[in-house]
Parts: sequence; C-alpha cells; structure tokens
Amino acid sequence: MLSRVADSLYWMSRYFERADNASRVLKATYGLILNPAKSSTEERWFHAVSSLAPGAASNNVDPQRALFLLVADPEGSFSIVKCISGARENAREVREEISSEMWEHLNRLFHDVTGFELQPDDDAGAMRVVSLVREGSYRFNGITAATINHDEAWHFIQLGKYIERACNLCVMLDAYFVIGKHPDDVDWVGLLSSCAAFEAYCKACTAELKPERIANFLLLKPEFPYSVRYSIDRMHAALTAISNLSLSRRTENVERLIGRLQSMVTYVQIGEIIAELHKYLAAIIEQCRELHAAVHELYIEYPIEVAFQN
Amino acid sequence: MIIETDTSGRGGAAALHRYELNGAYDEMFSAPDHPRKQYRPLHNLLLDLGADELRRSKNEADQSFFNQGITFTVYGNDKGTERIFPHDLLPRIITAAEWEKIERGLTQRITALNLFLNDVYHEGKIIEDGVVPGSIVYTCKHYRREMRNVKVPRDVYITVVGTDLIRNPEGNFVVLEDNLRVPSGVSYMLTSRRVMKQIFPGLFQKCRVRPIEQYSQALLSTLRSLAPEGRSEPTVVLLTPGSYNSAYFEHTYLARQMGIELVEGRDLVVHDNIVYMRTTFGLQRVDVIYRRIDDDYLDPLVFENGSSLGAVGLFNAYRTGNVAFANALGTGVADDKAIYAFVPKIIRYYLDQDPILEGVETLLMSDPGQRDHVCQRLDEYVVKAVGESGGYGMLIGPHSTEQERSEFRQRIYAEPRNYIAQPTINLSTAPCFVDGIIEPRHVDLRPYVLYGEKITIVPGGLTRVALRKGSLVVNSSQGGGSKDTWVLQN
Repeated sequence: MLSRVADSLYWMSRYFERADNASRVLKATYGLILNPAKSSTEERWFHAVSSLAPGAASNNVDPQRALFLLVADPEGSFSIVKCISGARENAREVREEISSEMWEHLNRLFHDVTGFELQPDDDAGAMRVVSLVREGSYRFNGITAATINHDEAWHFIQLGKYIERACNLCVMLDAYFVIGKHPDDVDWVGLLSSCAAFEAYCKACTAELKPERIANFLLLKPEFPYSVRYSIDRMHAALTAISNLSLSRRTENVERLIGRLQSMVTYVQIGEIIAELHKYLAAIIEQCRELHAAVHELYIEYPIEVAFQN
Repeated sequence: MIIETDTSGRGGAAALHRYELNGAYDEMFSAPDHPRKQYRPLHNLLLDLGADELRRSKNEADQSFFNQGITFTVYGNDKGTERIFPHDLLPRIITAAEWEKIERGLTQRITALNLFLNDVYHEGKIIEDGVVPGSIVYTCKHYRREMRNVKVPRDVYITVVGTDLIRNPEGNFVVLEDNLRVPSGVSYMLTSRRVMKQIFPGLFQKCRVRPIEQYSQALLSTLRSLAPEGRSEPTVVLLTPGSYNSAYFEHTYLARQMGIELVEGRDLVVHDNIVYMRTTFGLQRVDVIYRRIDDDYLDPLVFENGSSLGAVGLFNAYRTGNVAFANALGTGVADDKAIYAFVPKIIRYYLDQDPILEGVETLLMSDPGQRDHVCQRLDEYVVKAVGESGGYGMLIGPHSTEQERSEFRQRIYAEPRNYIAQPTINLSTAPCFVDGIIEPRHVDLRPYVLYGEKITIVPGGLTRVALRKGSLVVNSSQGGGSKDTWVLQN
C-alpha cells in the first residue's frame, strides 16, 4: 500500500474517532446541565471543555459559547464539524481505497453537519449536529467493518481509531479525576456516559459509583471497548498484523514501544496508580505520541537511505 | 419546420411534438416524422412514454450518477466542490457500417500521426522532404526539444487518444481535433453505459448494442505492453495531480477498474534513474506511468520550475528507458491545430493511402494570403488558438459581436502563427430530453483509441452535447453534457 494512502486512512480514522468522542461527551454533558446539582453549569462545561480541548480550557468558560465552540467553531481545530471535515478530506484523498458505501456515508454526514450553518446561540441546532454524529458514527464504524477487506488498510484504520481513543480517554479521565473540582454522582454519570459506559459499568460493578472503581473500569477493563486497556490491546493487534504483512521492515522500535505501553495497562492495579493518576495518564499520552512518531517513521515517511538498506 | 406526429392513442407524442429540424444532419430523423432505421426502436419508445415517465427516468438516472459519485470538480467553490456530470437521457445510436468506417479511419490516422511523431523527434524526413514545413513543427507550443532522439517503448508515442469527430450536414464523420496529450472523459462513457442499461434494459437488448465494458482491461494490457524489457510482471501506476483536479473522479475510477495504484508526484522517488513509489512495505519499483498530468509539470528539473505535481528525476529515468510514460512526452506537436491542416499529407506521406476520414478545411493565419482572406470575413469562420483545448481561446464568427471580432483580428495580426481558422460547421443534432420535451441539440463524438502492441478502439465513445439551445460548444466547461453512445452489432 502507498505510504500516503496509509497515512490518509490513519488520519481519516483518527479524525472520525475524535468527532465521535466529542459527540459522546457533549451529549452526556448537555443532558447533565439540565439537572439541578451541587456543581454549577460552568463547572459541568468546564469538564467537557477540558475533556475535548485541553489546551483551550480555562477556568472561565462561557457556557453560552462552549457548546458552539465544541460543535462548530470554524477556527478551532477540535470542533466536531472540523473533525468530520478532516475525516472526509482524508477519505477524499483515498477514494479508490475505501468502499463506496463508506464514502457515501461519510460524504452525506459531512454535508448534513456543515449544512446547518450554526449561529453561536443556537443550542438546539448544535445538539442536532451532535445527534447526527452520534448516529452517523456507529453506522460508519459498522459500514467500515462490513464493506472492506480486513487487510493492511483496515489495520491502519484500526490503529488510528484506537490510538485516538486511548488518548481521548486519558484526557477525559484527567479532566474528571485531576483537574475537576469535587465531582459528585451526577458528574460520575456524566463521565461514564461520555464513554458510552454507564450501562456496561452497572453490569460489571453495580450502580454504586465509586471513583476508584470507575477509574479501574475505564482504564484497565480489558473487555470494555471504551477503556484504555482495550484500545491499547487493539493497537497492538493492528501493529502486529501490519508488521506480519510487511516482513521486510525493521519493526523492533515500534514493537518495543507498543509492548511497553501495553505492559503499563496490563500488569498494574488501580491502587498503585490512583494516587499519582495525572502522572500515569500523562505517561500513557506521551507514549502514544512516541508510538505515533515511530509508526510514521517506519511506514510513512522513512528516510530513503533506510529503504535502500533493506 | 415542425414535425407533427400522429398522436392517436400514444401517450408520449407530447414530448416529441416540438422537434424542429434545421439545416444540420439529424441523427434520428432523415425527414420530418421519418426516423432512421437504427432509431426506430427508440422512436417507438418515445411515442409510448409520456413526459412524466421520461422525467422519472431522468431523475432515476441523476440519482444513479450521484450515488456512484460520478462527479466533476467545480473550481472556485470550496464547499460543495462536486457536481454530477450533466448528461442526457437518450442514447445516440451509430450503425455497424458507420462505425466500421470510423474504426478504419481512426486506425489509419493514429498510425500516421504516431509515425510523424517518431519522425520529427528523430531524422525529420518529412521536413527534409518539404511535406510539412519545419517552421511550423519547431514553433509548436508543445514541441519538446528534450525528446530529440529519445527512444520510446515500441516507438509508440500516443497510447491513449480521444479524437473528436463531428458529422457534417452531408452525414459524413469528419475529424475536428486530435487529442493526443491527456484526453479525458472515458469514465463518463463507462459509467453512463451502466446507468443506461439500468434505465432502458428492454430497448438496450432490442437494439443489440456492442459492449464497451472491456475498456479497462484493454487499457491495462496496452499500458503493460509498454513496460521496459525484462520486467515480466510490470508495476503500472496512474499519476494524478491530486484530488483537486477536475478529472480526479476519472483517475480514481480508472485506477480502481484496473486494480493499479493511484499515485501522486510526492509518492514517487527516483534513485539511480529508477522510479520507485513509497509503500508501507518500502520502495517498490514502477515500470509504467499512465500520467494524467501535462508534460510541463512532470519533472521540475527539466520543465516548469517549481511544480510539485511530478517528481524530480522522472525525465532522466524515462530517457534511460527504465520507465515508460503513456502518453510519451511531446505528443502535443501532432495535435497542434496548425499541424492538423497537414494531416492528410502526413497520412499520404507515411502510409501512401488516401485519408479515410476527412478533416475540416483549415486556414493558417501564418500564411498572409489566407490571413487577409479570413480577417475580412471573420463572421463566417471559427478561429482557434493552436495550442489550446477545452474550447478556450476560440472565436465562433457567426455568434460573435463586432467588438470580439476586432479583438481577434488584432490578436491574429500580432501572433499569426498562434491562430488557424475553419469554416463554421453545423454539427449534427440528436434528440435530447430538455425541460420536459424532446428537442434536437448539437453533438460530437469522441471515441477512445488505445495503441500498444496493436490499436484497439472500443466500440462507442463519449457523445458530447451542447445542452444550450442552438449552441455549437460541447465542452463540459462551457455548458456541455454527455450521452451514452450505442454502436450496433451487424
């Protein structure tokens, strides 16, 4: 597969996952601010903004603008509309590689969400965009799994999706556990819903909302698709499959990095990390970054001299 | 005149009742109410179908084009940059006998033009013998000095050709333009066939239409036949300028149909005069490049500096014979509109045959006598810039204003070598479904010729339609559309 194509598939998938994540967070948060609670509306939005745009988060979030910024900000690089456009733009570059169904669906979703031309105070409109993306993302993931060969292209799509998901989850956990101010039960429901995890958590741990259990569930639960552990396991599987296909490449460095990352979430207990959670989450994010760079150097933008040595 | 149709008990006559014949050759009617034999099944169907049914079919066809993503890019609009290709619902029909002549004529013409290219980039005998003046060959905008004495695989310069034919009022097909550089449009031929089979299955079967679906296989084997010697399993790629090019849909479509990689310049690396593409498995050697970008942008070392569409070093790899291009570089010298005037002589010179397909009488503005003659009667002529295509740089005399004519007159005198003139030709008309009724519109025909080991012409082509009433300009950039073209079996 052409390196450029692999790169576009990877980024299509990352952008799409980012939009998917934002839509989950916003849907959950918007549901919460309608409730009266201990923490104020501002604090709730603060959680959402820190979860989605950590750089842009500050203590004085204007709740009136937060929703608009996170859904449709034409300047910000993190809004849902921007992410869907980014996914579509990458898909457009590789139209001959993805299935027509994938393209049609993504293209339609793009036209639907950009067609709104949202105004900053139109909450209902913003939430319609969120709903479109919620429905659209499950469908897109289903179509992708069902309509293309599960070969190299598929593995790059998986890699992009799960590296993005692992990072998003870490940022979100950091927002609630470390930066957040006195989260209450309603906030914990918000966190779990933001990870589509509320029902799954109740099934596994009952409805008793204990912060440590929640952290354990979202970080280390190998069976839950929106946990960090699950995402890293999938990254490992994708990287192994890619490396098995391209036997000639020197994959030692990538293998070392994914192995180290996987061991961080495999051989650890929540009690050992909960005290220093921020450091732990930051380490995972940093290692994902290193892994991204190593994959890029191995498969996408390798130096010519290296290519001729092989 | 207006054709009155017998409307007794036939629902569709409403759609046909305003079909006006003018001086042009009409593809369907030989005289009012007298459809030609090959059009009778279609004519009968049109008498039976009402305007509503036709409209429904048209919507179904539009939807099908849209869903298949058959679009072209509209420049200068960053939001919805894709539109569906305008097309007409009714097929254009060509008989077996007509096609047989077109096929022979094109084969002859392409063979001769290829010999001409080989000659002007090597010995230049035709110039020495005084058949075509060197002053015209060497001043062609697309003459590539760099191609002197470069040996191209199989001596084939023009691998993919899309010749524009028109039918004159006498009913004969004549060549209007040879497109020998990077002709496009073949994807519309292939996709509109698929849609038409869906819309008119019964009619299609009844007419016994020759298939065109083998085009992609023919193109791939033609491209493979150009591979450097010793490369038994050659890697063929399609080189595109990228997703912002107006023909990007066609590039992705053809790459997918042939199962080859669609590469951009930045995917290619040249090392020791060998071309590679960057893949996730490492560098992979490339043997044949079906390039859909112009000569000037292929290699910044040799041509247009600063272009990032091609790759550094491609031309030297090509000279060395390590990679083949289709089409070869420099083919534009043979479709220069001034050279066009000499094609009959070129055919006689190399093949010692009379041309089977005629051309349009062409006056060279570099000739003072012809120039003065034309400039006094600009309203009767079509004036074209020699190196342009796509309907740009053109004056259509009878449809022009006095101001346009005086501008062109000045341009002609300033740069006579850059212009030619041709008498205005009334292109033939074919029935089109426009705004709820069927009316004649002017059409041309672009068959696609493939030249590798042998010459292959898929029976069909792109019929382009000037959808604006009375217009003679069929280019899609200027209000043109397309029709499916049915070549009938014997």
